[in-house]
Amino acid sequence: MSSQTLHPSAGVALERTVVKNWKGPIALSIFAALSVLLFGVFARPGTSHFRLSTSTDFVQLPQLDVPTTLTGWILAIVTVLLAAWSVWIVSQSRRVPLWLTIGFAIVFMAGFLTWVAADALIPIPGLLIGAVSLSVPLIFGAMSGVISERSGVINIAIEGQLLFGAFASAVVASMTGSPWAGLVAAMVAGTLVSFALAAFAIKYIVDQIIVGVVLNVLVSGLTGFLYSKVLTENPGFLNTPPRFDRIDIPILGQIPIIGPVLFDQTIIVYFMYIVVAGVAYALFRTRWGLRTRSVGEHPQAADTVGIKVNLRRFWNVSLAGAIAGFGGAYFTLGSVGSFTKDMTAGAGFIALAAVIFGRWDPIRAMLAGLLFGFATNLQSVLGIIGSPVPSQFMLMLPYVVTIFAVAGLVGQSRPPANDGKPYIKS
Amino acid sequence: MKLELKGITKRFGALVANDHISLVVEPGEIHCLLGENGAGKSTLMNVLYGLYQADEGEILLDDVVQNFHGPGDAMAAGIGMVHQHFMLIPVFTVAENVMLGHEPTSFGGRLNMAKAREQVREISKRFGFDLDPDAIVGDLPVGVQQRVEIIKALSRDAKVLVFDEPTAVLTPQETDELMVIMKQLREAGTSIVFITHKLREVREVADTITVIRLGKVVGEASPTASNEELASMMVGRAIELTIEKGKAKLGEPALVVNKLSVIDPIGQLVVNNISFDVKEGEIVAIAGVQGNGQTELVEAIMGLQPKVTGEIALGGKSLVGRSVREVLDAGVGFVPEDRNEDGLVSEFTIAENLMLDRSTGEPFVKYGGLQLAVLADFAEEKLTEFDIRAQGIATHAGNLSGGNQQKVVLARELSRHLSLLVAAQPTRGLDVGSVEFVHTRIVEARDSGVPVLVVSTELDEVVALADRIAVMYRGGIVGIVPGDTPRDVLGLMMAGEMPTGGKAA
Amino acid sequence: MSANEPVDSQLPTIAQESPNREPGQDGTEVDPGRSRWSVAIREILNGSAMISVLAVILAIVIGGILIAVTDDTVQETAGYFFSRPGDMFSAIWNSVSGAYISLFQGSIYNFRRPGFANGIRPLMDTLTFATPLIVAGLGVALGFRAGLFNIGGRGQMLFGASAAGWVAFSFSGLPFPIHLIVAIVAGVAAGAVWGGIAGLLKATTGANEVITTIMLNYVAYYFVYWMLSTQGLLQLPGSNNPKSPAMLPSAVLPPMFGVQYSLHWGFIVAIAVTIFVWWLLNRSRLGFEFKAVGFNPNAARVAGINVPRMMTYVMLFSGALVGLAGVFQVLGTVTTGFSSGIDAGIGFDAITVALLGRSRPWGVFAAAILFGAFKAGGFAMQASQGIPVDIVLVVQSVIVLLIAAPPLVRAVFRLPKPNLLAPVKSAKSQGKKAVVTK
Repeated sequence: MSSQTLHPSAGVALERTVVKNWKGPIALSIFAALSVLLFGVFARPGTSHFRLSTSTDFVQLPQLDVPTTLTGWILAIVTVLLAAWSVWIVSQSRRVPLWLTIGFAIVFMAGFLTWVAADALIPIPGLLIGAVSLSVPLIFGAMSGVISERSGVINIAIEGQLLFGAFASAVVASMTGSPWAGLVAAMVAGTLVSFALAAFAIKYIVDQIIVGVVLNVLVSGLTGFLYSKVLTENPGFLNTPPRFDRIDIPILGQIPIIGPVLFDQTIIVYFMYIVVAGVAYALFRTRWGLRTRSVGEHPQAADTVGIKVNLRRFWNVSLAGAIAGFGGAYFTLGSVGSFTKDMTAGAGFIALAAVIFGRWDPIRAMLAGLLFGFATNLQSVLGIIGSPVPSQFMLMLPYVVTIFAVAGLVGQSRPPANDGKPYIKS
Repeated sequence: MKLELKGITKRFGALVANDHISLVVEPGEIHCLLGENGAGKSTLMNVLYGLYQADEGEILLDDVVQNFHGPGDAMAAGIGMVHQHFMLIPVFTVAENVMLGHEPTSFGGRLNMAKAREQVREISKRFGFDLDPDAIVGDLPVGVQQRVEIIKALSRDAKVLVFDEPTAVLTPQETDELMVIMKQLREAGTSIVFITHKLREVREVADTITVIRLGKVVGEASPTASNEELASMMVGRAIELTIEKGKAKLGEPALVVNKLSVIDPIGQLVVNNISFDVKEGEIVAIAGVQGNGQTELVEAIMGLQPKVTGEIALGGKSLVGRSVREVLDAGVGFVPEDRNEDGLVSEFTIAENLMLDRSTGEPFVKYGGLQLAVLADFAEEKLTEFDIRAQGIATHAGNLSGGNQQKVVLARELSRHLSLLVAAQPTRGLDVGSVEFVHTRIVEARDSGVPVLVVSTELDEVVALADRIAVMYRGGIVGIVPGDTPRDVLGLMMAGEMPTGGKAA
Repeated sequence: MSANEPVDSQLPTIAQESPNREPGQDGTEVDPGRSRWSVAIREILNGSAMISVLAVILAIVIGGILIAVTDDTVQETAGYFFSRPGDMFSAIWNSVSGAYISLFQGSIYNFRRPGFANGIRPLMDTLTFATPLIVAGLGVALGFRAGLFNIGGRGQMLFGASAAGWVAFSFSGLPFPIHLIVAIVAGVAAGAVWGGIAGLLKATTGANEVITTIMLNYVAYYFVYWMLSTQGLLQLPGSNNPKSPAMLPSAVLPPMFGVQYSLHWGFIVAIAVTIFVWWLLNRSRLGFEFKAVGFNPNAARVAGINVPRMMTYVMLFSGALVGLAGVFQVLGTVTTGFSSGIDAGIGFDAITVALLGRSRPWGVFAAAILFGAFKAGGFAMQASQGIPVDIVLVVQSVIVLLIAAPPLVRAVFRLPKPNLLAPVKSAKSQGKKAVVTK
């Protein structure tokens, strides 16, 4: 930052009262209070067991056994301290840093896990691997949403892009026997859906939400029709795609706990790291990103400096579709295997939730995607060990936090100024 | 660089916005394009800037015919524009705004921010601006934002710089500073096209003046021409804005505003501790440059502002903390500043618009149902009474001319029993005939004993209507002076200075 | 023309800005947040009936193509197309005509069945399918007219169905009409509450209702699923399946024309609701204020209309209507107990119905019957021709896409462009007076 001071020698500079944003500390305090109640006051007796490594891991860690009540109290107190810290930060008229929120979330999660694992065993590696696996399509979908919405086109059609990507990759990979061909097909399929979105939204100026909603129905109907009519008649030829193998990255893959989680994955997951880093870099550090953001914020200003607004939006939306296509491919080439009807099951909407919860920022959206994937997987792990919380409530989490986010109860969620508004040259 | 426009014609359907306009801007001169709003100046400049394609005619730069398909072409040819509504992205920094569209990049399209900052600093220094390249544009005052626009144009090596109504948002002082900058630019060899409808500014800086009326060039004038000459060229006839107005028959103070402050959502004190009153049968005009708190003052009175402190009393009853509905029910008639946005529902018919703020009960609503027959009779009556030119009461408000739209708003507000009339920019964008009509109605309301508060940024309107004038600057009232205060005094007050010896009324 | 018909085809067609306004004239900038809705609402309300008909035809043609290319015989005959092209054409004809004949027979009248009483049964099925679509479509349409996009039909239906179902299977002892009425009221109220949450959030915090209603769908789904799989809430006692007990007979909507037809009295209720919504939108104070908020919330606010309150009301009404669709599902269509799939996609179909019906009450009514026919016929087509019922989704979504983009339909059918140069705001060419500063 430059140290020059600004002298508004002319112009109307008005007196300001300082606005402090208390929403963050309030939210953290509520969660801290919750953790005191749940992990401390209503603690469950017993010992919590955590398995930290699997038998194939390079570094073998011993199983972690902790007393449930004591650990619960300790972690609850940590959350209270962190919440108090955030209150102090805001009282100094500063903003609560992202790492504090992340740290709080991790401590809260640890407390929650300790609480539910009373006299039970939670396999941490399995939990995390599953969480990453479930997050992959969410994160690809969220990147698609970020690019599209940063360019000013609301992308409700992420679900359709994922589903069509999954369908195309399954069919093409089965027919060619090559998962790579499937990956390319998924990209093309995702792009096709976003072409339709872009064409209707930009050329025909149809309301973008309507197009998105309808495209989701269209893709669901089309893939459902073709699945029932064509794929089920010849599943061997059309719906047994080969899957990508896991690639263990040397050294990185040997880091305890996170090594196997992050660096013993299929190529699609490594693509995901590249895409997230690439989008984050490109959006804020390159010419493409500056222009893309300008088109989403103030298209008329962009137009007057010679940027072709609608053309840029069109290609960005198409690129977004290609990225979502990757996420679709992960369903068929990475995790599930064969295509089934409506197999994305609302992942596109969770991805949309991640975009909003992540405030249209690639890194935050990725973190939101990981959180949502974690919540979903935690639910199934808890289902196995017998959880005190009904699994449906865990599954609700992404949606509930998104409602809180758009309602401004957790941070402010401000979309690009011209998100969803067609640019009509007069 | 010499700019020449030859026979530029631009049509929008049946409307000819520019009709064979020709003009020459010599290198290093300030060429004023003078004309009423809607005369076709902005269209002409949008053609020049490549935003519109001309139907006929050509643009020449240094005698070379140009063919602009978009603003990019125009900029590449050396034309820069300072837009009336700044084309700046509020969430970007100064440097990002300046570099947008011609970004210095290094390997792989990576933005070279250091270079962009350096460019901003370099140009700032040349003109003595003190500008932080890393400031977020949305946080800057309007006058400073305009400088960012200028830097943006200059950073592209603009040889011809177009200023489109640049002073509309500036205080008189900022305007003076802008004039100095324009002269500086001229010294540096830049050709300037200065679009305005304000005569004082024209005469101060122009080397050449071209007057446009109804899409045609009506003539050239020299800067030494008198205001009257220029004005009559501009509007086609001598303008007579003074309205027949008898002496005010003052009654009791009706609207009393005491120590009123308004805080906007980002914490700015937009109205700062102001006090005044309006008596029965009196017109008080709030004068001032746009954006000095007038809008928020009116909104505070109408119950449209959430954070209001101090007192607003009408006939002894407090209006602070009341809902809009309650304020309207207290007998306040309101002509909003932006009739398209706040005054009318353009998709509604005239009849529906006439009951827009009266949908709470009789005569138009009974037992929760609309009384359409009553409404139709009422609307027919008002159509005649207010001379609203439309096919019928079922015409959609959006299909009316601005003057007729404003008549619909006035008809609605004046047909209630009023204890106060608040009219914000009541004649903005209207043709001269409608202006007279609106002014006559406002004076009639005053003569019937209604206290009237008029807000206007147009000095002429203020002088024509007001019995007393309150001038606002930066959220405060500089002073309250009689209606016959000389314009130069009012001008000084609009810049925030209370002239010595100025008498408070 | 009288003032009675507030919204009609007089508005300038299509989204294009009227060209004869200069950008950058002061005071004329339309707030973009508003213009999006103005554009969308105009688009929805003003396309001609012609476009709707052509869109339906085009969608049916596209459906036909899809049926033909996936047909086994067509694929087989295509293999020797150049030696005997006639085979392929007849195969195409057979597959497509077979499909659409069975669609007709499944939705309107089946000639193969003996007697009128049997033959008319498909039409009764169509109206049965249409019944929840009518009320749900009206709910979404009401939102559109007030500028709100209710995508939360699924959640509102699930809550409506759950509340009505719970009353219907657990309140034993209440006599017939009273039990039924209590169940309906409970379902409508539950739908209203679930819709109202989104309205309240929009009104108090400005949260975009598109996002909140989408998210509330999933919250509702998991919540209802949890209730359905919890003993003592909605689950059938002693069962492990996430399914409710059967409705008590005293709370079931009775059949309209005897038990041989599926059509129930819900259809009459739907007609009554359509009349009510028409009155609400065109003749009532509340509807007037809804529309004012939908067209121009700023002007509505300045005119003393409490915009946040209206938004909450609209979502309450909208949710109530969609909730009623859920009620029809559990008390009319499937009375043997419901699961978490009871909404049957109607919440989303309602959006397409509202769009096709251009958000006008009787338009929605007609559109719902058309889509009801597609549904009824789609199932018949699946049973007799082996064509998956998903084809109906394709046809429906293509119809809506085409209706939303009239220029595309006009391009396909080479229709002339409508006159875009309606006299809009010609006032902009008139000027502001000069400022003469002496």
